[in-house]
Amino acid sequence: MRAFATLLDRLVLTPARNGKLKLLADYFRDTPDPDRGYGLAAIAGTLDLKSVKPALLRELVLERMDEVLFRYSYDYVGDLAETIALVWDQERKERVPDEAQPRLSSVVTRMNALGRTEVRSAVRDLLDRLDPSARFAFIKLATGGLRIGVSARLAKQALAEFSGMDVTEIETLWHGLAPPYEPLFAWLEGRTERPVLATPAIFHSVMLANPVGEGDLDTLDPADFAAEWKWDGIRVQMSSAGATRRLYSRSGDDISAAFPDVLEAINFEGVVDGELLVGGTARTNSPTRTFSDLQQRLNRKTVNAKMLDEYPAFVRAYDVLFDGEEDVRPESFVARRARLGHLIETAPHDRFDLSPLVPFASWQELETIRREPPDPVIEGVMIKRLDSPYQAGRMKGPWFKWKRDPYNVDAVMMYAQRGHGKRSSYYSDFTFGVWTEGPDGDMLVPVGKAYFGFTDAELEVLDRFVRNNTTERFGPVRAVRAEPAYGFVLEVAFEGINRSTRHKSGVAMRFPRIARLRQDKLPADADRLETLMAMVEAKEA
Amino acid sequence: MKPDQLLRPMPAGLYCPAGDFYIDPVRPVARALITHGHSDHARAGHGAVLATRETLDIMGIRYGEDFCGSMQAADFGERIDLNGVTVSFHPAGHVLGSAQIAVEKDGLRIVASGDYKRGADPTCTAYEPVPCDVFITEATFGLPVFHHPEPKAEMGKLLTSLRQFPERSHLVGAYSLGKSQRVIRLLRDCGYDAPIYIHGSLARLCDYYVSRGIDLGDLRPATLEKGDPTDFRGAVIVGPPSAFADRWARRFNEPLIAFASGWMMVRQRAKQGGVELPLVISDHCDWPEVTETIRELAPSEVWVTHGREEALVRWCELAGVPARPLHLVGYEDEGD
Repeated sequence: MRAFATLLDRLVLTPARNGKLKLLADYFRDTPDPDRGYGLAAIAGTLDLKSVKPALLRELVLERMDEVLFRYSYDYVGDLAETIALVWDQERKERVPDEAQPRLSSVVTRMNALGRTEVRSAVRDLLDRLDPSARFAFIKLATGGLRIGVSARLAKQALAEFSGMDVTEIETLWHGLAPPYEPLFAWLEGRTERPVLATPAIFHSVMLANPVGEGDLDTLDPADFAAEWKWDGIRVQMSSAGATRRLYSRSGDDISAAFPDVLEAINFEGVVDGELLVGGTARTNSPTRTFSDLQQRLNRKTVNAKMLDEYPAFVRAYDVLFDGEEDVRPESFVARRARLGHLIETAPHDRFDLSPLVPFASWQELETIRREPPDPVIEGVMIKRLDSPYQAGRMKGPWFKWKRDPYNVDAVMMYAQRGHGKRSSYYSDFTFGVWTEGPDGDMLVPVGKAYFGFTDAELEVLDRFVRNNTTERFGPVRAVRAEPAYGFVLEVAFEGINRSTRHKSGVAMRFPRIARLRQDKLPADADRLETLMAMVEAKEA
Repeated sequence: MKPDQLLRPMPAGLYCPAGDFYIDPVRPVARALITHGHSDHARAGHGAVLATRETLDIMGIRYGEDFCGSMQAADFGERIDLNGVTVSFHPAGHVLGSAQIAVEKDGLRIVASGDYKRGADPTCTAYEPVPCDVFITEATFGLPVFHHPEPKAEMGKLLTSLRQFPERSHLVGAYSLGKSQRVIRLLRDCGYDAPIYIHGSLARLCDYYVSRGIDLGDLRPATLEKGDPTDFRGAVIVGPPSAFADRWARRFNEPLIAFASGWMMVRQRAKQGGVELPLVISDHCDWPEVTETIRELAPSEVWVTHGREEALVRWCELAGVPARPLHLVGYEDEGD
């Protein structure tokens, strides 16, 4: 448990991706089986551990300390797990030697073997035997509140780093394996052959596209490619084998529970790649609804009848990876597309349709089509090589995405916050606003926050402005001068804009970033809230 | 004599009417007794100052030689009479020169312990328990959440990080008086003998510690005249935490920010401060130390100052020791 607790403590406070990779890779290298496998599972979100209710923990801690002192402590720390971890030892306690502490694997096995009446005394005993940092890790795992800012993808990347294997290989195997992943580690360390997977309804890593860069298309022959719309939903993978059906997000998270409407409608066997959307399919002649409608259905553990009725979900199919049990990934896009057509043809009309191909003769023509899509839920076009097999990962060449141009506004810097890690001595997170009519004339209202898009040299300029023009400080945040005739104008680019009840301005941007520093402009020349509202309305129309 | 006739809280600090002196006053007074050199306890501008030799020297370094009208050095244990009140200084184990001050009259003894700790610290004289009727204790970390781990184990985290991230400059935040020198000494005791780079504001205090026989090894200024940031690759740089948010910090290669403080016990404190590597090293008592000290001294009354007064008063209540908060203002935890 000690090594895992130390890893968590470091990961939580390490902002840089490379730093996290290094910490994870070192942990996988230095920790024995089966502990490292359970550690990996805890981080990747695949660990199954008997849960402990916060109320029980509170009872256990109050058995040993005064309630008033506990309350003072909890008020100060603010996190129940951390408070309990810290106050558990009332008296001075000798440092528990690392080898004397329970191992992560023994904690997991022990907890999962407990009967209901044994939980209380087992948890008390474990809390006694762990040191504060391991205690914190244990409570977080057992109450399901572990947040460390590491994705499953990053954990796999670390496995790749530690073993020298390709991350795509790990992805391919991942969903067929279970904690504590001993066969996986054995293979990664070159001790055994690649593990063989039994179940087919697992997630298979998806194929991703590269954005069209300057001159990328110049040397390519349009006749070698097909184009289709890029829909603004979320990319999903449907997997169906025998009685098992699953819906996975692009990163392999199982989101089946939130979409029973889609899952129940699957009547085919195989693995299909598509876009999850809300609204009606093209085959039922009803409109596709916006991303903000889809958001109503996302990130839910369960879904009620009202949600299912008001926000019906469907899948617009892009590709097929397995046709029945047959792995068709090595076939060409054209051949797979034909198979997909047959498969969707007989699938329920209201839950599945086929993403239509967009005919074009030249890149120029496609550019025109891209700029004026026939549906507001389209965010660009995908360009796919007709002879391309389905390859996991983001290969340059076979698939491109050509997005609609981003939106742009000129906004005024209002607040700046210090960054983290490498940027901790720079003001690098900027809140910006646009003008709107206030009670006493025009005033700025914040519309978003951005912390990338600028170069290091531009950051120097931004930071200098913040330091020389601070009007107020709130902890790590500074308010800066922002007046019609004096301030800093930022050109902000973003991918989409929606209404929001959470923000004072009433709008929320998607992926805002600083496109350019407009030192040539005065704040008075910046955009107004009405301009942003018009963008929202144009989208909704 | 009742205890609050001997010492009582006033706006300027703890005042002894019979002896006409203040302990650690926060504003200029005619006669001040100073427990230790941290700036919230030791201020410039008093008439006469009585403190240990080291504390007087440290005040001289920080405020200039003319920081008060006249000064007198007290040896540990020496009994000094001030208008019929006997005062004596005893080691507090907080920083170099730190003392508890015992105030006695008519058989009543009050000990104002200033800031103190019980854990081992090679950079100052260890705390000595002084039996007393009233014990005045700080409560900086007076909450049951605070359990300071073994300092060498904390230093081990820094050494591990230096091995894991040999390309990054490790910036260790530590307050300039006491903590910095303790951190450097701890690193040396853990076998780290490479040069340690220090922020300019630490130089004179480090020199002073060395002059008092505390070996800090090879210290070098963390300045970069025409060099490049890779000069500090994998180096340990010690400086006040405020400097790390400053432009000063930009000279280092992919800086990794560590902070040596008792506050680092709480994750959120570390996170808010942008600290990547918290090192729980404190010059104050943790909860077990302060409660053990009260049990050991068994005073008939405890007065609690700066920190988490309410929790410690509550503990005393449960332990059957009469206690009250003093509500003194002006003491921050510069030393941690």
